Amino acid sequence: MQKRFISIWFRYLKTDWWIRRRPMLHDKPFVLASPDHGRMVITAANGLAQKEGIDIGMVVADARALIPSLEVLDDQPETLARLLNGLAEWCIRYTPAVAIDPPDGLLLDVTGCAHLWGGEKSYIREIRKRFKHFGYDINMALTDAIGAAWAIARFSPNDRIIENGQQHMALLSLPPASLRIEASATERLEKLGLSQISQLISMPRSALRRRFGAQILQRLDQALGYEEERINPVQPIEPYQERLPCLESIVTATGIEIALQRLLDALCHRLQQEQKGLRTAVFKGYRMDGKIEKIEIGTNRPCCNSKHLFKLFEIKIESIEPASGIELFTLEASKVEDLSTVQEQLWGNKMDLDNVELSELLDRIGGKIGAHNIHRYVPAEHYWPERSFKEASSLNETIQTAWKVDRRRPLQLLSRPERIEVTAPIPDYPPMLFRYAGKLHKIMKADGPERIEAEWWLHDGQHRDYYCVEDEDGYRYWLFRSGHYDAAKSYQWFIHGFFS
Amino acid sequence: MDTAKANIIAQLKKDILPLQGFKTTLNTLALDGIPAAIKNAFPNAAFPLGAVHELIADSLEDAAATSGFISAILASIMKNAGSCIWINRSQSVFPPALKSFGISPDNIIFIYLKKEKEILWAMEEALKCTGLSAVIGEVQDLSFNASRRLQLAIEQSQVTGFIVRRNPRSLNTTASLARWKITSLPGELPAGMPGVGFPRWNVELLKVRNGKPGSWQIEFVGGRLKHVPTMTAIHPQQQKKTG
Repeated sequence: MQKRFISIWFRYLKTDWWIRRRPMLHDKPFVLASPDHGRMVITAANGLAQKEGIDIGMVVADARALIPSLEVLDDQPETLARLLNGLAEWCIRYTPAVAIDPPDGLLLDVTGCAHLWGGEKSYIREIRKRFKHFGYDINMALTDAIGAAWAIARFSPNDRIIENGQQHMALLSLPPASLRIEASATERLEKLGLSQISQLISMPRSALRRRFGAQILQRLDQALGYEEERINPVQPIEPYQERLPCLESIVTATGIEIALQRLLDALCHRLQQEQKGLRTAVFKGYRMDGKIEKIEIGTNRPCCNSKHLFKLFEIKIESIEPASGIELFTLEASKVEDLSTVQEQLWGNKMDLDNVELSELLDRIGGKIGAHNIHRYVPAEHYWPERSFKEASSLNETIQTAWKVDRRRPLQLLSRPERIEVTAPIPDYPPMLFRYAGKLHKIMKADGPERIEAEWWLHDGQHRDYYCVEDEDGYRYWLFRSGHYDAAKSYQWFIHGFFS
Repeated sequence: MDTAKANIIAQLKKDILPLQGFKTTLNTLALDGIPAAIKNAFPNAAFPLGAVHELIADSLEDAAATSGFISAILASIMKNAGSCIWINRSQSVFPPALKSFGISPDNIIFIYLKKEKEILWAMEEALKCTGLSAVIGEVQDLSFNASRRLQLAIEQSQVTGFIVRRNPRSLNTTASLARWKITSLPGELPAGMPGVGFPRWNVELLKVRNGKPGSWQIEFVGGRLKHVPTMTAIHPQQQKKTG
């Protein structure tokens, strides 16, 4: 079968995408720019801006001279690849083989697809209509060869369908730049007055090779369809999802459990084969009356153990209301990660945080009472006591800095220091008496002061002078004075913790 | 003659213990951070792991002393990289301070729960997990049934449980193996030295199954608990309070 290819060229790919995100940009000239050698260089400009003479590669300052009201946005290079990939995946509706063609195009292998849309004309019209609806300005060409499609899409003013074997004719009037050759070769061709492919196509091949390199011959062959070119189709990741339609609607908890078990077994089997584990999963039941019942679970580490996952879901099954019955169950793993390999131990079970049992326990507790109640702390590089530790993001997070042990710290810390009234003899001496929660404490022994400065780059405030004091009962407290001791009385005493 | 008698008595005591429902647990950890005076209060002179210890704390200050005592014991239990779960009502333990007791705070998982029922449930679940060294929970009241559930969970997994009872309404009977009360004592310093000295507690073992209750002065020095055998030095006020 004769191969057919479509090349789609996005005239203003990046700017069209920005307009989609921010519709108010639609009727304004704007450009995307990124820093280069200390200047902001334009990397993309929308149609309105280009009409005013702003081109890619211009410095933003020059462009501002042309249009003072020009809007400049930061260009993020990584969005482009993501955007093209997304568009390519979307195009899979038209053909199974779609490849991205950076920087601003897509290639579709449409061999044997067009008749499904009632012929090539309506096929092309359909694609154009959908992209126009999205707001993308595109140009397309449908030919036998990738090279020809690429050239015609970019260098002819509107969409064209080149009949079988006719690309030779269509290419003749195009400039040599349409052959996807190096810029230096194009420049040399232009210098020699070869401004159309028709002028060099009749030249002897040996002369072309000698003057412009072998690449031009290969590109020419590819454009004419003499040499086959392969595309690298995008492979969309198949979602980790399982479905179970039911012949008769399910209304009982037992029925739901059986369905869940089956779906979990199927999903876990697939995850295990791919060495993946799920972190979050959603179990949905589609009811007869059109409503969807769903329950969600999350795990602390990637897991593909169907027994454990079943236990997590089991706690929540009672929240499903089957009403008139559920006809379809789906189970989707919304977050999947690589499975960390766990080595089986022969003797002595190691009791640390890598323990599978522990993470399963935390999943269970988290599933019932909320994972936000479970905390693990790692040290943070701060002297301010409240900031000297921070929440660990996961069980596997290893500590980057050591816990500090150089100073005495109280085991019980008030979440917020509380004001106390004190009697202090002389500046910078520990207090003699203090009153906390209605009780007067007479201080017998004291240690300090330890000054902890406020971290001015994070917040402003006064430093704290901490004292460890012991009252006559032997109870130990961590008190501090906020600020310097001065006559203006801008300082204040607080209690912050209890030593054991 | 006396030695023969003593041997017979020791043998008889050993025989009576299982009849009283005492199960010898495989106590593989040496727990050398705990002074012998405390260990002697328990059968076979071994600090019982795989059991529920109940600790009474009447005030915030006592709670701090209690957590200090627990941390000191925990340090010897968790010596070889264990992990532990600490269930509280809200964040009150200051994690960096645990390091000075010899515990790596990142090996502890803190769970904050508001309801007593949830705390007991979480504690029971945690005690069933063999991958843990110890579980600490803080509640106000502990019914006999709840304590029995905890004890039953432990019998499978041999995890050590500490249950801190803050301001208990009544000191009812529970299935816990031991009941402690820890209160602070003034630290002792060599005459004329500044500072506050090492933490010192009055450790009371109010109830213990198959053992002898007692009261000790314990000081936490250099990462281990040290028995201070002076009985006369008790502060008069302290005596009034605990007596």
